[in-house]
Amino acid sequence: MAGKPKLYYFDGRGKMESIRWLLAAAGVEFEEEFLETREQYEKLLQGGSLLFQQVPMVEIDGMKMVQTRAILSYIAAKYNLYGKDLKERALIDMYVGGTDDLMGFILMFPFLSAEDKEKQRAFIVEKATSRYFPAYEKVLKDHGQDFLVGNNFSWADVHLLEAILMVEEKKSDVLSGFPQLQAFKARISSIPSIKKFLQPGSQRKPVPDDKYVETVRRVLRMYHDMKAN
Amino acid sequence: MSGKPRLTYLNGRGRMEPVRWLLAAAGVEFEEIFLETREQYEKLIKDGVLMFQQVPLVEIDGMKMVQTRAILSYIAGKYNLYGKDLKERALIDMYVEGITDLMQMILMFPFSPPEAKEKNIDSIKERATNRYFPVFEKALKQHGQDFLVGNKFSWADVQLIEAILAVEEKIPAVLSGFPQLQAFKKRMSNMPTIKKFLQPGSPRKPPPDECYVETVLKVFKK
Repeated sequence: MAGKPKLYYFDGRGKMESIRWLLAAAGVEFEEEFLETREQYEKLLQGGSLLFQQVPMVEIDGMKMVQTRAILSYIAAKYNLYGKDLKERALIDMYVGGTDDLMGFILMFPFLSAEDKEKQRAFIVEKATSRYFPAYEKVLKDHGQDFLVGNNFSWADVHLLEAILMVEEKKSDVLSGFPQLQAFKARISSIPSIKKFLQPGSQRKPVPDDKYVETVRRVLRMYHDMKAN
Repeated sequence: MSGKPRLTYLNGRGRMEPVRWLLAAAGVEFEEIFLETREQYEKLIKDGVLMFQQVPLVEIDGMKMVQTRAILSYIAGKYNLYGKDLKERALIDMYVEGITDLMQMILMFPFSPPEAKEKNIDSIKERATNRYFPVFEKALKQHGQDFLVGNKFSWADVQLIEAILAVEEKIPAVLSGFPQLQAFKKRMSNMPTIKKFLQPGSPRKPPPDECYVETVLKVFKK
């Protein structure tokens, strides 16, 4: 029997958070092993578990999967969150590509100097409100449906909600001017599996803090000198 | 009838090159529109054809597709280069994503300042020989088959041959120490559609030069 998926990452959001969101949205329980020391990471490396020497790594269905996008695509397809045909999949991939780019600007945020953080915050808000949010606002307005693609809940909806909440953490009123997205946020947040994930005690991770940054830098020996976009 | 796919990008490799490779490998003819001026780009944005105001743009099967990965996944799915089931697709995705990380270093290289270029070549060499090439060398050695996944030609093979050639342009002897990859390179290069793509006069673009870098900065200047 396959058992629950097991996630190997730091005890924090990073690149693993989108995977936690998607598994949770699909109603799939999962286990987590948190990297806290360099020794743990080296042990994973030596054991040959990390195909390209990197995390995230997810043990699922007998595979040791790496590469966030590959993991997410597999989960989406397995749990029917990837549209009904090739064209719906193409739309979902496009939409996820956009939210991925947006969340990418936020991913490096905790690693920046205080001065660069202010610059980056402005950059994130500018990109969200002038490039990304208008695109999804238009999609929802044009078809008038509850979900982004094919009138059916999909990975694209989960990813967009995650992105909206992350940008709101940087500027709480960022959705003013986007009525469709406000309604979307309320709708998707009340889907039972997502509502559960948004409650305290779930496996959702908090906004990254200094301790998280310190752990990542120490374990990976990287990201000491990040600059704003 | 929808006609041939139409690619809109600069007249150079950049993020569109993997799309050219994959269409060519699948034996699919395509048209190209080259962005040369800021005005052309601004018109595309004004016309609302770029979902996130970015290229690559590929018009295919009635869709105006953006986001390179989405485009490549669609083409792979449509032309049966994506494995036979979910698990093979997962493996192809993992391989492609890893290779894309390596290609990203090459993508950014022309835009790095002159004083950083030697360091960047060293980084590319280090990553290629210590992180990425060993994975594919091992995969080919272990199953002894001609192709990376499922004993069948797939997107992963196309992405890998593209990457090998791109790295070799920077580091000519990079495959010494990788006999499986040397054989793989030869095999892939001899596949009819790829052989054709590697010949002069194909849509394959040359390595980026100063003129290309200048055009990128001019068209996309903030």
